[in-house]
Amino acid sequence: MKGAWTDTIAAVATAPGIAAIAVIRLSGARSFDIINDLFPSKDLKNAASHTLHVGILKSGNVAIDEVVVSLYRGPKSYTGEDVVEISCHGSPYVQEQVLQACIAAGARHAKPGEFTQRAYLNGKMDLTQAEAVADLIASNTEASRKAALNNIRGGFSGKLKELRDRLISFSALIELELDFSQEDVEFADRKQLYQLLDETKRTTEALLESYKLGNVIKNGVQVAIIGKPNAGKSTLLNALLNDNRAIVSEIAGTTRDTIEEVLNIDGILFRLIDTAGIREHTSDVIESIGVQRSIEKMNQADLVIYLFDVNEMTEEELRGITEDFKSRDIRYVLAGNKADIIGEDNALEKFGSIPGIIFLSAKNNDHIDKLKKGLTESVLSGEVNTEDVIITNSRHYSALLQVRQSVIDISAGLDAKIPGDLIALDIRRCLHFLGEITGEVTNDDVLDYVFSKFCIGK
Amino acid sequence: MFPEYDVIVVGAGHAGSEAAAAAANMGSRVLLITMNLQTIGQMSCNPAMGGIAKGQIVREIDALGGYSGIVTDETMIQFRMLNRSKGPAMWSPRAQSDRMLFAQKWREMLEQTSNVDFYQDMVRELIVKDGRCRGVKTGLGHEILSKAVVLTNGTFLNGIIHIGEKNFGGGRMAEKAATGITEQLVSLGFESDRLKTGTPPRIDGRSLDYSKMEEQPGDEEVTGFSYIGKPALAGKKQRSCWITYTDRSVHDTLKTGFEKSPMFAGRIDGIGPRYCPSIEDKINRFAERERHQLFIEPEGWNTIEIYVNGFSTSLPEDVQYKALTQVPGFENCRMFRPGYAIEYDYFPPTQLKYSLETRQLSGLFFAGQINGTTGYEEAACQGLMAGINAHQYVTERDPLILKRSEAYIGVLIDDLISKGTQEPYRMFTSRAEFRTLLRQDNADLRLTSVSHSLGLASDERMAKVSAKQGTVARLKLLFNEITLQPEEINNYLDSKGSAPLQQKQKLSQLILRPEISIEDLLRNVDSIKVQLDGVDNEAIQQTEIQLKYQVYIDKEKELVTRMSSLEDLEIPGSFDYSKVQAISNEAREKLFTIKPRTLGQASRISGINPSDVQILMVYMGR
Repeated sequence: MKGAWTDTIAAVATAPGIAAIAVIRLSGARSFDIINDLFPSKDLKNAASHTLHVGILKSGNVAIDEVVVSLYRGPKSYTGEDVVEISCHGSPYVQEQVLQACIAAGARHAKPGEFTQRAYLNGKMDLTQAEAVADLIASNTEASRKAALNNIRGGFSGKLKELRDRLISFSALIELELDFSQEDVEFADRKQLYQLLDETKRTTEALLESYKLGNVIKNGVQVAIIGKPNAGKSTLLNALLNDNRAIVSEIAGTTRDTIEEVLNIDGILFRLIDTAGIREHTSDVIESIGVQRSIEKMNQADLVIYLFDVNEMTEEELRGITEDFKSRDIRYVLAGNKADIIGEDNALEKFGSIPGIIFLSAKNNDHIDKLKKGLTESVLSGEVNTEDVIITNSRHYSALLQVRQSVIDISAGLDAKIPGDLIALDIRRCLHFLGEITGEVTNDDVLDYVFSKFCIGK
Repeated sequence: MFPEYDVIVVGAGHAGSEAAAAAANMGSRVLLITMNLQTIGQMSCNPAMGGIAKGQIVREIDALGGYSGIVTDETMIQFRMLNRSKGPAMWSPRAQSDRMLFAQKWREMLEQTSNVDFYQDMVRELIVKDGRCRGVKTGLGHEILSKAVVLTNGTFLNGIIHIGEKNFGGGRMAEKAATGITEQLVSLGFESDRLKTGTPPRIDGRSLDYSKMEEQPGDEEVTGFSYIGKPALAGKKQRSCWITYTDRSVHDTLKTGFEKSPMFAGRIDGIGPRYCPSIEDKINRFAERERHQLFIEPEGWNTIEIYVNGFSTSLPEDVQYKALTQVPGFENCRMFRPGYAIEYDYFPPTQLKYSLETRQLSGLFFAGQINGTTGYEEAACQGLMAGINAHQYVTERDPLILKRSEAYIGVLIDDLISKGTQEPYRMFTSRAEFRTLLRQDNADLRLTSVSHSLGLASDERMAKVSAKQGTVARLKLLFNEITLQPEEINNYLDSKGSAPLQQKQKLSQLILRPEISIEDLLRNVDSIKVQLDGVDNEAIQQTEIQLKYQVYIDKEKELVTRMSSLEDLEIPGSFDYSKVQAISNEAREKLFTIKPRTLGQASRISGINPSDVQILMVYMGR
């Protein structure tokens, strides 16, 4: 029997259910044989790669559907093997018939993720890219799709490779001092080493920082709306959610506290927490910022919308509240409601010393878009955009934490003037953790670097 | 005329001598054949043993029961512990030896080893019976039978010496090359290739002006290489080495010979070592360098011959000479013999098993330059391992295989058979990913029990190591008990620029400070002196290293564990790589020829990428 890799796998590649079209994908050495058997009107076995063919798909004498067949010959295909994609009409019955025809002709059902696994095992992508495929498939917003796509194209591993190359050259300088200490080789001065280390650390930290955003993009931002009883939270909630959708969640009833309303603003998911509490208007009326439930909500949230009535609130009280947020390290957006009553200009004047307030009227739907923009800006902090490399995977995050720790160890070692071999050990660890992310093995790179750059040898 | 031997060792350099000694000491009946019995244990290049990474290897050889450490200790004229200012993993013993004494001592030790016979002849063919190597045929026409053969031919196989436009056959200057073996092995399906190395000119020391050079004296403290016994040098006045430099005028003169250089003219096919380039190579590749360092090394106690380390060359003699006279201190130099390059056959070591037995022909073992390595120490340790494993083979026991995390020797052999080598392979500490564990101070603790269980290390040696281990364990406890009061230590700390104690502190804590050493404390702080009086110095130092570098040692051990998962996954010998279609042809070919023993080894083969390893894992059902 031949090995597991030599068989040809098949699966419906599009989401289950009714759609206009569906795609059935084949991958493996027999893909072209199989499609040739099922597609009598043309000789597809010898057709060129990257071509499309329209015709009737038949199982035996029975016509199943009129389909479009795309041919990709390995290694220039997704999996690196011969791949065939059959686009058929989207009814579940037709999909099933096409798949069954493929199985009958010699393919077997693919296991979940097997196409990507093959792509990875055939060297078409590295580990981070393969992981990004899973993310992409699961992505439900534009931002997470972009982030995942960027990772598939190797953005993340490219960044790591850059880091790794820097560390290798750094490591080479240290190794040079160690293995060739008896020889007349110039050593790089420590200042340059510090600089390099500093850069490495900043890149690592930027990547780590991006995880916050990455996490946001992947999992959404938890938002709490906080405010006094008559600030208009419920009205704001409805304005944000466009009312009718919000009612649905109230019917769910059973576990009210966990009910979330989801808001998609510019591709970022905002999860509004404890909306049930806002709607009740009763037992848990939020008296002030100090109320236990508010505190719990704030602790749970990534971001707080503090809503207040511009007519009731004083500048002094508001300042106190913002100080309180700051002392608790809470990210917040200030929303001044009912600004239509005193007029926006007057409101602006009243709270002139407190920056960044978004004045709106929830009831009139005024400036709700400004609030939405404020929400996305506070997440993106105006610095990161989704074209940048963003970490969305917790495995990468924890490996990067170890990378950062070893970078800190290296710097500390340099500060304490500990011997180079011990610094080199921390560098090795660092390279090891980087390698754990991308699956790369590091060994001879350092010596090769040394030999290429320095004149050594007595 | 000859009995049937267990093991025949061909060649009596560093590899061959260690191989003969190891197999004989384990109980094999050994014949050592060499083309010239006067050159046993010859230092063909510079008269020095050890150095960075190499000193660690000599310590490992000693712990395993080899002779190189003892021979060096007995014959050294200068000793230095290199890299003392760095961490303990970098401390590297290095010795200048008396070249003639060194060879003499080797011969003496081999002569005193029972089970070793000697014969002077050239081996030109192997006897092959039923797919096994069963002895040798010599130039004089003898057929000598054995159960195993160890080849340690050095640079002799089809050796060609080049000086300028002249070239002639030879294994070393004034010694004949060996022929026949390569041709036979290639006809048996072995792959062979060419490498190149070189050696500098030797000079009459009386003609040098040392006042223009910088002196490099030996260390005051001479610790040596062997864990048993002390160097004969202790207490004697050592010989110094000297440092001088080339300059632009030297380079310009050398350049006038470039068109006659066998290297640049393409007469040499073999690849030379990048880290030990000839002087013309250095000038050519690093044209921006104003000068290159030269080490002037004495060749012995009584000889006036000196070795010009750093001036390896194959340029015409007159160019060599003229350039040398432009080196400061060499204005009036007289040349003993010119430098030369030598090209020789080697067998890419990917054809070997971990035991150093060849894959193609069982009973045949390779060690030293024939495997593409360079250096006495690299050769000696392979000889030792080949000798041990030839004996194991003869007695049908499992081979001795050292892991990368156990010894530099393990790193060396794993590198050779997994990656092969395109240039002469030299050991560096950076090749050892577990450098912090593989120190020169603990080779005995790492390896003595291994060699003892093989019957190589004596009971006495083992007892010494066990005693040291016991003392270190006791000292660790004691260091935890010794408490220092601020008033008794602060003056001392102040003198070292170290922060004073505010309250009492344990000695085990205090020595974590980089600027504090036990050795110095013993000299300066009475209370410590009293409490450690009479304790073995080596044990004290070992304790200090273990305590002081605990954090780093632990970090490295953690990496060993992280990486050992692949090392423990053995690939069955019968594994059929042709079934694994998903891996590249290149990878499949490499796996097929190298036949890695574990997935860990597979992952280190060049051209094997992580996904190939993953695929193998899947195939192996992991």
